Amino acid sequence: MEAIPTLLAVITITFFLLRLAPGGPFADERDLSPQAQAAMEAHYGLDQPLVMQYFRYLGNLARGDLGPSFRYPTRTVNEIIVDHFPVSLELGAWGLLVALSLGLGAGLLAAAYRQRPQDHTIMTLAMVGICLPTFVLGPFLVYIFSLQLGWFNVGGWSHWSDRILPGFVLGSFFAAYVARLTRNGVGESVLMDYYRTALAKGLSKRQALWKHALKPGILPTIAFLGPAAAGLLTGSFVVESVFNIPGLGQQFINAAFGRDFTVVTGLVILYAVLILFFNLTVDFLQALLDPKLRES
Amino acid sequence: MNPVAEEKPTAVFLPGRNPMAEAWRRFRHNIPAMAGLIFLLGFLLLCLIGPWLTPFGFEEQNRSLGAASPGTMGEAGRHWLGTDRLGRDLLTRLLHGGRLSFLVAVAATMVSLFIGVTYGAIAAWCGGKRDAVMMRIVDLLYALPFTVFLILLMVIFERSLLLLFIAIGAIEWLTMARIVRGQVLVLKTRAFVEAARSLGRRSSALILRHVLPNSMGPIIVYTTLTIPNVMLLEAFVSFLGLGVQAPQASLGLLINEGVSAMESAPWLLFFPSVAFALSLLSLNFVGDGLRDAFNPKE
Repeated sequence: MEAIPTLLAVITITFFLLRLAPGGPFADERDLSPQAQAAMEAHYGLDQPLVMQYFRYLGNLARGDLGPSFRYPTRTVNEIIVDHFPVSLELGAWGLLVALSLGLGAGLLAAAYRQRPQDHTIMTLAMVGICLPTFVLGPFLVYIFSLQLGWFNVGGWSHWSDRILPGFVLGSFFAAYVARLTRNGVGESVLMDYYRTALAKGLSKRQALWKHALKPGILPTIAFLGPAAAGLLTGSFVVESVFNIPGLGQQFINAAFGRDFTVVTGLVILYAVLILFFNLTVDFLQALLDPKLRES
Repeated sequence: MNPVAEEKPTAVFLPGRNPMAEAWRRFRHNIPAMAGLIFLLGFLLLCLIGPWLTPFGFEEQNRSLGAASPGTMGEAGRHWLGTDRLGRDLLTRLLHGGRLSFLVAVAATMVSLFIGVTYGAIAAWCGGKRDAVMMRIVDLLYALPFTVFLILLMVIFERSLLLLFIAIGAIEWLTMARIVRGQVLVLKTRAFVEAARSLGRRSSALILRHVLPNSMGPIIVYTTLTIPNVMLLEAFVSFLGLGVQAPQASLGLLINEGVSAMESAPWLLFFPSVAFALSLLSLNFVGDGLRDAFNPKE
């Protein structure tokens, strides 16, 4: 329910932050005469009072129109999103897949072998994973696998094999985090009385782990998925730049550098909507799994 | 005064039971944490004495020695880690960058510490409706795409270091506020706080003298865990070309420069990345070690 005021706050902050900033989208076009600049500004409504611009923007937004790009007059923000968002979405999906499959698998394995060598190995690897952020891991892997071994393309997004390195680089940090959370969560529920009861009534270790330790133990991991979604999003900025992937992140950075107001505002709104949507999904999942939360 | 209290005042204070000393004793036996601490102190020391350690300046260029491999002899001395494409000594830049990265990290963490502790303590102390509203705001802020705002801020305004760490600090305080609030909620009902209040102490004095010192453990632990997060954020922003600007150096910026020279001069990528990853690893080990030292479980 708070989603709408939060979103409105994001829109308002972004809008005024950009409009109050020094330098506009046409400021550094040297060959633009003052008259031409004024004409451009009038064309886009930039000469009107700020509050008027704001409400006009909100009105257009309500109709799903994010406006034209200031830098590339032939393109609209909607077009940019339609062109580049699917790429980023796919990248994010691969990253999430890596994070969940690798992280949950490793975390459960470590919890099953708590305080044994397997556990220590996995946890050390997870710690290393957390300390290798995308902008360190990405270039390293490109250097080894693309430049030295020649197994993959250095960058791009055309061949299916172009998905492997970026997906892994984007997901590995979160996989490490998920592994730690899962291991600790499940590892703690293994110490509980109900788990001992389950073993005492004759369930095998695997059954007891699967039926009784997993559900309560995985709650912290589920809660982490909200922040993880935001992290995947910003991580994709780096991954797209390292692997030269034509996603939305590149568009956002370029637009921010070029002070392309409408593109930046539009993308910030899109990102906020995505994050809010993901948080809502996580809340829903949590309520589904945790009876205590369902009551309140 | 109270005769019962006067009878055996020493019984409570067993020697060697100081919680800080106890924590340090446990910390000392944690091998990864100690290794991390030693690495950090060593690296920090090198960063601090860096300018006197190498015969080069961090922005001193030497066009004839561009992208020289590690160990090449330069005019003033040996380039142990090689040079970048402008002939600047990598070791010098690495130590300079390390110093800047740590400076930003510590400063931003202090900002977040200050905001988080103040906010959390006030929310818990007021309690009731004000507490609910204040923590609801924190929940809402958690849901915002802050890194995106950070990028915007860095693009729009001059990319000053001051703005960088204030902005990062303003992002990172949320969890600290939650932790401090939880602590204060528990402590404010305790008898010694009640006693101090009945002596007529003002709220601010109660919080500063009695409540906060007793939440020091969690605050210290979370502060050490915030520092690597902040370093990560700074390096992220600098990597995208939005943070620290050349000829200044930070670890993130050096990694960025390394990426663009990766094919011809891989050492430019290798050394800054390793320094950065090891710093993060050490900080995390120290943070985990402190956490275990302050609340021993197993």
